Amino acid sequence: MTLIDHLPVLVVILPLLTAPLCVLLDRPVAAWGAALGAAWLTFVGAALLVGQVADGGAISYQLGGWAPPWGIEYRVDTLGAYVLLIVSAMAALVLLSARESVEREIFRVNGARFYAAFLLAFAGLMGIVATGDAFNVFVFLEISSLSTYALISMGRDRRALTAAFQYLVMGTIGATFILIGIGFLYMMTGTLNMLDLAERLPEVSNTRTVRAGFAFLTVGIGLKLAMFPLHLWMPNAYTYAPSVVTAFLAATATKVAVYVLLRFILGIFGIEFGLGRMPLEYLLIPLGLMGILSASMVAIYQVEIKRLLAYSSVAQIGYIVLGVGLANTHGITAAVLHLFNHALMKGALFIALGAVAYRIGATTLDAFSGLGRRMPLTMGAIVIGGLSLIGVPGTVGFVSKWYLVLAALERGLWPIALLVLVGSVMAVVYVWKVVERAYFSQASSGSGEASEAPLMMLIPLWTLVLANIYFGLHTDLSAGLARQAATVLSGGQGERHAFAYLDSPGSAAGAAGGAGLCQAAQSA
Amino acid sequence: MLLGFLVLIAIAAIRLRDLFAVVMLFGVYSLLTAALFMDLDAVDVAFTEAAVGAGVSTVLMLSGLRLTRRWEEAPGHRPPLPLMVVAVTGAALIYAMLDAPPLGDPTAPVHQHVTPYYIEQTPLEVGVPNIVTAVLASYRGYDTFGETVVIFTAGLAVLLLLGVGGGHSFRPGENAIGDQTVLKPVVKTLIPPILLYGLYVQFHGDFGAGGGFQAGVIFASGFVLYDLAFGEGNARAVVPPAWLHRLAALGVLIYGGVGVYALFAGKAFLDYSALSANPVAGQHAGILLVEIGVGITVFSVVLSIFYAFSGRRRKS
Repeated sequence: MTLIDHLPVLVVILPLLTAPLCVLLDRPVAAWGAALGAAWLTFVGAALLVGQVADGGAISYQLGGWAPPWGIEYRVDTLGAYVLLIVSAMAALVLLSARESVEREIFRVNGARFYAAFLLAFAGLMGIVATGDAFNVFVFLEISSLSTYALISMGRDRRALTAAFQYLVMGTIGATFILIGIGFLYMMTGTLNMLDLAERLPEVSNTRTVRAGFAFLTVGIGLKLAMFPLHLWMPNAYTYAPSVVTAFLAATATKVAVYVLLRFILGIFGIEFGLGRMPLEYLLIPLGLMGILSASMVAIYQVEIKRLLAYSSVAQIGYIVLGVGLANTHGITAAVLHLFNHALMKGALFIALGAVAYRIGATTLDAFSGLGRRMPLTMGAIVIGGLSLIGVPGTVGFVSKWYLVLAALERGLWPIALLVLVGSVMAVVYVWKVVERAYFSQASSGSGEASEAPLMMLIPLWTLVLANIYFGLHTDLSAGLARQAATVLSGGQGERHAFAYLDSPGSAAGAAGGAGLCQAAQSA
Repeated sequence: MLLGFLVLIAIAAIRLRDLFAVVMLFGVYSLLTAALFMDLDAVDVAFTEAAVGAGVSTVLMLSGLRLTRRWEEAPGHRPPLPLMVVAVTGAALIYAMLDAPPLGDPTAPVHQHVTPYYIEQTPLEVGVPNIVTAVLASYRGYDTFGETVVIFTAGLAVLLLLGVGGGHSFRPGENAIGDQTVLKPVVKTLIPPILLYGLYVQFHGDFGAGGGFQAGVIFASGFVLYDLAFGEGNARAVVPPAWLHRLAALGVLIYGGVGVYALFAGKAFLDYSALSANPVAGQHAGILLVEIGVGITVFSVVLSIFYAFSGRRRKS
């Protein structure tokens, strides 16, 4: 085996093993260098993986050399490779902007350990995506969760400690539920390998144990996902965490949770069981809509911009949940697309907020007074990121909302399409609040002369902003993802059972049909 | 019977306002759980539960209690939501059990699918008598690597929050529980066997119950005991707190290093057969090495968490 064959595991163990190295280095700058190097190498690895998967289909890697289901298998398919790419890209970009911000916000003694914890959170997320083993998901979830709690508690505001504790309690309940769910599946099938589970589950899918396992998994992942009404931990956690941490988490953590949800519900249980036999559809659609509307409403009244964007994230997750709940091709496509697009926009917006916090020292609405003139590049990025959040044509936000509206109309649910548009209008209101203050109000006298953010922050920031526009105009990627959504539906099992369900008369998704998938792909 | 006791203790722990009593009840709870695991023939788990749950975590909670008050304030209101969540969860668990295969049923899926393979193939492929160790350290060795990283992460988190134990508030020679004339000789006699037993569990894990996790905790508990009875400073002189987190990192690197070595030898990550020309001998060597890594990490993390708590004084 050459090094290229080890890519699936390399993208996980590279950041994982650099973390203890950072602890040994014990100097913030050296640790930053090591972390940055590891993150960029991982990013290159993930990019190579995307290419490999595109050429040869899903890759299986047998850890310890043991064949599944006896050993643990890593399994990277197209969707997985893209999620790995986006997580590593965000880590690489956020770390690039991290040095100045961390010097300002984190106590010096903790500098090196902070980067170690950051790398662990990053590696944990990568491991969750890459693995093909249900229990291994839990192990890496623990790595990323524990390090995330510690990272959030590093915020300078004392309330960061309470926020981290709140997240710890909620997150631990979520993780325990996921573990109970996995336990029930193991009890009924005797296997932990995901493919093997998908094969053996249909036989026992009528038992109460499997149904309860499904429920535990959904609620557990819902907690991690900050799905309305399980989102209460998130606004505080995002508000009080250090800027770097918020930027990374907002762009990746909930996205990985969405990926886990798709993988378990559609990949392991199969769409027929997950959305057909279980009443998940009737749960996800209302919850998604309530998340969009209530969180957007709360966001409008916030004066702390970090908190405003956190509530906006709850709303954006609502769109994703809604897409999954609609359960037709366009819906799933919208969910998958929004997973990437939301990472791009929130990554950009939170890095911009980090820059504002770095120069002004606060991110309240007042801090933004007159910033349009003093930090033109940062504010420009916030404007474009905000437009993308609203879903203006030419940005990525438009593409995912377009698919979501299509999905709702396809099922004849025009009120839902209307509510999605109402959500966009509400986004206009809360984005405009910031823009108005930045461009149409005088700088408050006490805030001194703030200048433009340092170059190391502007580079990652504008990379993400340009990505927002580029992928908004070139939708080839989204076409590829639409096709991938179809493979997720079939659980990587070949086309059999998922398509049988899609084609069956009477099922709502039947309208899309197998052929519709390809058309959806082309029409993008 | 055991389960009934567990429920009673749990209810008592929720009702009591005396936190000291609650900590003691938690200790009893863990010990009973360990007995339950014994009953289920999970000796390795029982071992860990007894050492971590009943031993070390009781001490940690007590040192935490020292920093705050002994009596919990009565809550002003009784929120109905948590009770509802607990009731629904409990109902769901009972619902799930209705279709579950009965305990000990040899035809249950867990005994039919992967387990027979482990039982038949372990002597041939891994060559260690303890099948549990073979599954944990080799077949599912990557999970165990992940768990070691989880422990390292926990240590790192405590370090980030509390700093290295023994800062400005650290007073050498003073011990937490006062001068105990009877305790000191007892502890003095107990410590050598404890440390020796820790080493035995570490290196005998492939034959009997045990391994790095258990050994690390037992070894650390020896140090904790000494520190409690003889005062701070002496134990810290043997293993300085500032070195513990480096040791923890080293343990992870040992485990990961074995994996990376296999990688460069052209095998999969953590494929121990790369360690020797004879694959079975390689497996054996690999298991010993990674267990040492686990032991070092667990030992240093447990001890450093204890130092971090015991090094703090209440501001008064």
